[in-house]
Amino acid sequence: MYTEKVMDHFEHPRNVGEIENPSGMGTVGNAKCGDIMRIYLDIDENQIIRDVKFKTFGCGAAVATSSMATELVKGKSVQEAMKVTNQAVMEALDGLPPVKVHCSLLAEEAIHAALWDYAQKNGIEIEGLEQPKSDISEHDEDEEY
Amino acid sequence: MKKIIYLDNAATTRTRPEVAEAMLPYFTEFYGNPSSVYDFSTPAKKAVQEAREIIAGSIGAQAREIYFTGCGTEADNWALKATADAYREKGNHIITSKIEHHAILHTCEYLEKHGFEVTYLDVDENGVVKLEQLKKMIRPTTILISIMFANNEIGTIQPIREIGEIAREHDILFHTDAVQAYGHLPIDVDALHIDMMSASGHKINGPKGVGFLYIRTGVKIRSFMHGGAQERKRRAGTENVPGIVGFGKAAQLAMPAMEERARCEGELRDYLMDRIMEEIPYTRINGDRTNRLPNNANFAFQFIEGESLLIMLDSKGICGSSGSACTSGSLDPSHVLLAIGLPHEIAHGSLRLTLSEENTKEEMDFVVDSIKEIVQGLRNMSPLYEDFMKKQER
Repeated sequence: MYTEKVMDHFEHPRNVGEIENPSGMGTVGNAKCGDIMRIYLDIDENQIIRDVKFKTFGCGAAVATSSMATELVKGKSVQEAMKVTNQAVMEALDGLPPVKVHCSLLAEEAIHAALWDYAQKNGIEIEGLEQPKSDISEHDEDEEY
Repeated sequence: MKKIIYLDNAATTRTRPEVAEAMLPYFTEFYGNPSSVYDFSTPAKKAVQEAREIIAGSIGAQAREIYFTGCGTEADNWALKATADAYREKGNHIITSKIEHHAILHTCEYLEKHGFEVTYLDVDENGVVKLEQLKKMIRPTTILISIMFANNEIGTIQPIREIGEIAREHDILFHTDAVQAYGHLPIDVDALHIDMMSASGHKINGPKGVGFLYIRTGVKIRSFMHGGAQERKRRAGTENVPGIVGFGKAAQLAMPAMEERARCEGELRDYLMDRIMEEIPYTRINGDRTNRLPNNANFAFQFIEGESLLIMLDSKGICGSSGSACTSGSLDPSHVLLAIGLPHEIAHGSLRLTLSEENTKEEMDFVVDSIKEIVQGLRNMSPLYEDFMKKQER
């Protein structure tokens, strides 16, 4: 059902964990529909993401997309991290089954939520970044996919 | 091939070699159509009749009351739709429960779109139908009560005799979906006041593609498949002779072994449940602890999601199933787990393991050790667990 890359990132997830006093942290999804992602960012003074960690409650695809998303933003600038879309995460994983596409949306949202937190804390604006709908969002619950 | 530990016998079972062997001649040697006139078809005709008699005998019915179908789902569809059709003049109300298999629930939804009214009974926290509520819901227009014998997910066994008595008192037909119970629990249709009953071959080490509907003599039920005169003109279509023979053989083997098998599976299942409950914190057993199918275990592990657990178990060669949304392709977890009152996030972390007599204690030890390791790994990755632990520390 899953590609080899998805299985690899699910069975050996990269960057699992927490960061103490993170530059930014975001949690999205909700337990009711079965997926929660939390992203921790450590961003230096040049707006480079030095480190990133995640924790995810969810299915194989949710874990794999979290893992891949962290890999894609690590070492990148904040602006570059904004370009890590759900499409990019999916492509990097060689695709997801159609019913799992919403998991990749969650990964993008989790990164944006963490960046928003970072921007708020530092009083800066990140181009193209909007306030996440809620920290633990309910909005995609009824989404058809 | 890696070693497989198969713990999904509620999904399907291994066809017994004796069953497969009994079926083979009806493919290549006695392939005649039972409806044909010539002598060559006699062995096929006889074999179907013998299977019918074995199965009838196994539930205290008469051979003429057993109608072979393509599967348990067909039997459920037939029982509901044809009863609705035949008894429409008497009324348009059906009573069932919230924890039925989709073969019943989706058929009820279909009937609701066609002018029928359906009451879905609640269950208690163990998954048992509330008899008082059943009595209250009966209307003059109620034509059918359909309650499953035992639940496919949590294994809970329903008070079938009591339901049958209530139905009988009110002159209402009683159907039971016994797909999970037939061959695993003793069933006597007269003693339990069952008017119709569905069962399936592949749940009792028989072949896939065959089931039956028991219809008590006198029940006005119309044919579901129209065509030839097979199955006393009530279920047209050339008989699945090898499948029926296999089903008969499987029933013949299952019935005398039932008690011993239940004891064997029950002991192993209790060992599995006890070890898991003792060794993995924040875990619950879904369904009644004792009043359940002897081979069924169903757990909910807090803070983790079931599909992840299943995939990890699969990589160790362990086959199980889950009521998590991700395994159903919808956003909602199992309707059964929600009906027994589990919150969504806990229902997502469910695991069903259904044993067979072929499983061993060594396998159970390996399974428990694997689950322990996997659950801890997934919890370490879970933001819910992180939040919970931080709260505990405070």
